[in-house]
Amino acid sequence: MKLSGWGRYPVVDSQAQSFASLAELRRRLAAPGDLIVHARGRSYGDSALNDRVLLSRRFNKILDFDPLTGQVTCESGVTLAELLEAFLPRGWFLPVVPGTKFISVGGAIASDVHGKNHHQQGCFSEWVEALELLLPDGQVVQVSRTENRPLFLATCGGMGLTGVIITASLRLLAIQSAYIRETVQRCANLPEVFARFEANQEIPYSVAWIDCLASGEHLGRSILMLGRHAQAGPLQLPPPRPLTVPLELPAFVLNKHSVACFNYLYYHGKPDLVADRLTPVEDFFFPLDRIGHWNRMYGRRGFTQYQLVLPKAASLKGLTKILTRISAAGLGSFLGVLKLFGPENDNLLSFPLQGYTLAIDFKIDAQLFPFLEELDRVVLDHGGRLYLTKDVRMSAATFRRGYPRWEEFARLRERYGLKTKFNSRQSRRLGV
Amino acid sequence: MHVLILGANSDVAQALARKFAQAERPQLTLASRDLELLEKQGRDLEIRFQVKARPVYFDATDFASHAGFYDRLDPKPDVVVLAFGYLGDQQRGQEDFGEAQRIIAVNFLGAVSTLEIIARDFEARGHGFIIGISSVAGERGRRSNYLYGAAKGALALYLGGLRNRLHPRGVRVLTVLPGFVATKMTEHLELPARLLATPEEVAEDVYRAYKKGQEIVYTKGLWKWIMRLIKMIPEKIFKRLSL
Repeated sequence: MKLSGWGRYPVVDSQAQSFASLAELRRRLAAPGDLIVHARGRSYGDSALNDRVLLSRRFNKILDFDPLTGQVTCESGVTLAELLEAFLPRGWFLPVVPGTKFISVGGAIASDVHGKNHHQQGCFSEWVEALELLLPDGQVVQVSRTENRPLFLATCGGMGLTGVIITASLRLLAIQSAYIRETVQRCANLPEVFARFEANQEIPYSVAWIDCLASGEHLGRSILMLGRHAQAGPLQLPPPRPLTVPLELPAFVLNKHSVACFNYLYYHGKPDLVADRLTPVEDFFFPLDRIGHWNRMYGRRGFTQYQLVLPKAASLKGLTKILTRISAAGLGSFLGVLKLFGPENDNLLSFPLQGYTLAIDFKIDAQLFPFLEELDRVVLDHGGRLYLTKDVRMSAATFRRGYPRWEEFARLRERYGLKTKFNSRQSRRLGV
Repeated sequence: MHVLILGANSDVAQALARKFAQAERPQLTLASRDLELLEKQGRDLEIRFQVKARPVYFDATDFASHAGFYDRLDPKPDVVVLAFGYLGDQQRGQEDFGEAQRIIAVNFLGAVSTLEIIARDFEARGHGFIIGISSVAGERGRRSNYLYGAAKGALALYLGGLRNRLHPRGVRVLTVLPGFVATKMTEHLELPARLLATPEEVAEDVYRAYKKGQEIVYTKGLWKWIMRLIKMIPEKIFKRLSL
C-alpha cells in the first residue's frame, strides 16, 4: 500500500495491516521486523512511515465515559472528531485541540499536540490521566504520571517509538456553549503582534496568521485571533458545509506572486478589529477541516511544514532573521502561523517551550531543503528546535541539539527493547 | 425501533450500526461469533449515541441454530441488516472444495437460512425492512473471484425474489451492491483510490437508500455505471480479458 503523511512527501510502499483487538495487534507485533503505528496519517512528514506499518483505524472503540467527571477512556484509534461528535452536544470539549480534529487519540499523545491555548493549558498530555502501552514482548503496562513515569514521559511526544498506545483515559473540559467569543486584531509588524500576544495572555485561546512575504517595516504583519468559550448558547452546531480540493493542483499554481497576492488580500480584507464575534468551535479551531484534501493544493510533489520554536528572550531577534530570509527567498505560502507558548513540560521529546512558535508550509522543490538547512542554523543558534510531527528532513545533528534529552530517550528505547521493534523513517534519520 | 445486525463485526456493519444509532437512536442487537469484540462495540455505541446495544452470539453457517436464535430475540427486529460475508481465497477454492463450500455457505446458504426465518415473521407481522449486502462481484463471473461472485450473485437473486414475495405484505428488501470498500477484507489488495469507498461512505449510501425505500443501491454510486458497462461486454470478448 502506498502511504504518505499529510505533506504527501515522501510516498512509501509499505506493508500495512490493521488491527481491531489487542489479540490481533499482538499477533501482528510478534511477526519479525520493525514497524510503526500509522493512524490517520496527519503528521506531515515521515514519522508514521516505515516499510511495515500497523493501521490503528479499526481500533476505535470508546470504552468508558463518566458523565459526572467528564473522564473518557478509549482505544487509541478513536479520532478527536469522534470524541467531539459524541460529547460536544453533552457539554464536553477537549481541553487541547490542534488545528485539525481528524487525528487519532494515539497520534495526539505520540505528538503531544498543542493548541491555541498552550500558554494556559499546556500540551495534550496534560489532560491524559493514564495510558495502556503494549511493549515489544507483548506485555501491556499501565503508564501515568505516577505509574511507570519514565515511560509516560517518553511516550507523550515520543512519536510512537515507545510501544503501541492501546488505550488512553482523558479528562474533558465542561463547556456551556459550542461557540467561541472571538476577537480579531490586525497587527502591523512583528513587535506589535508580540506585544498583543503578551498583553492578552489571560485570554484562553490565541493564535496569529502571519504574512511571511511581507518585508521591511511590514515584516511580521499579522492577524491575531483571540477567543474564549462563550458562556451561553446552543451546544448544537450548525451542519458543516464541506468543500474539497478534488484534484491535486499543478505545482505552478502556488508561486511567489499568487501567494503574495493572496496574502495581501487576506490581510487587507480584514477589518482592523472584530470584537466578540460568536464563532462555532469547529470554525474557530479547525477552519481547514472544512476543505477536504487541502494538502492536494501543493501539487504532485507535496509539501512540508516547517515549525520552529524559539525561547522567548531570543524570539524577536531570531524570528526577524528567519522572516527576513523567508520573504527574501519568496518561498512562503498561505499558512504562516504564529503563537506564544507557555512553559515547557517534563516529557522527553515534547516540542513546545516558552517562547514563540512559527509554522509555515513550503512546497517541496529542489531549492527548498538547502534553504531550510540555513534556517535550521538560525533556529539552533537561538536555542530553538523543530517540531517532529511536521519534520521530514532535519538532520540527526539538528535534532540532537534541539532536543537535549534525546539521549535519555534513546537509552529508554534500548532498555525496553523498543529499538528493534518500533522504528519509522524519521527515527532512523534522526538516529534515535 | 429495533435493528438487528447479522455479522456485526464487519467494518461495513460497524459503520452501519453507528449510522443507524446516530440517525434513529434505535435499540440494537449485534450478532456475530466474536462476542468479545461485539461487547466492546456495543459499549462503544451505547456511550457515543446513548442507545441500547446488545451483543448476541450468532454463527451464519450453524444453520440449525438460526430458528432458536431468532426465537430468543425479544422484541423482534424492525430492520435486519445482513452483513456477514466471507471473501475466501479463489485459488484455494479451486483446489480444495472445502474452501469453495465455505464461501458459498457463508455468503449464500447462511443468508437463506436466516432470512427465510425472518421473512416468515415479517410476512406474518406485515412489517419490516431487510437490508442485504451483496457485491458488484456478483454481477459478472470473473476468473479472479468467481466463487465469491457466484455466492454473492446468488444472494442478490435471492434478495430480489424475497422482495417480490414480501412486497404485498409491505415488507421492504434493499439489495446493497458495494464496489471496493476499504476494510480488513481488502487491506491486502491494491485498489484504485477513486473507486474505493470507506465503510462510512457505504453506511451513508445505505442509510439514504433505506430512507428513500430504494430496492437496489450501488456504493459508491459510480459502480452502477461501471457495472452497466461491464455487463455489456459480450462473453466472447469478456473471456479473453484478464479481470
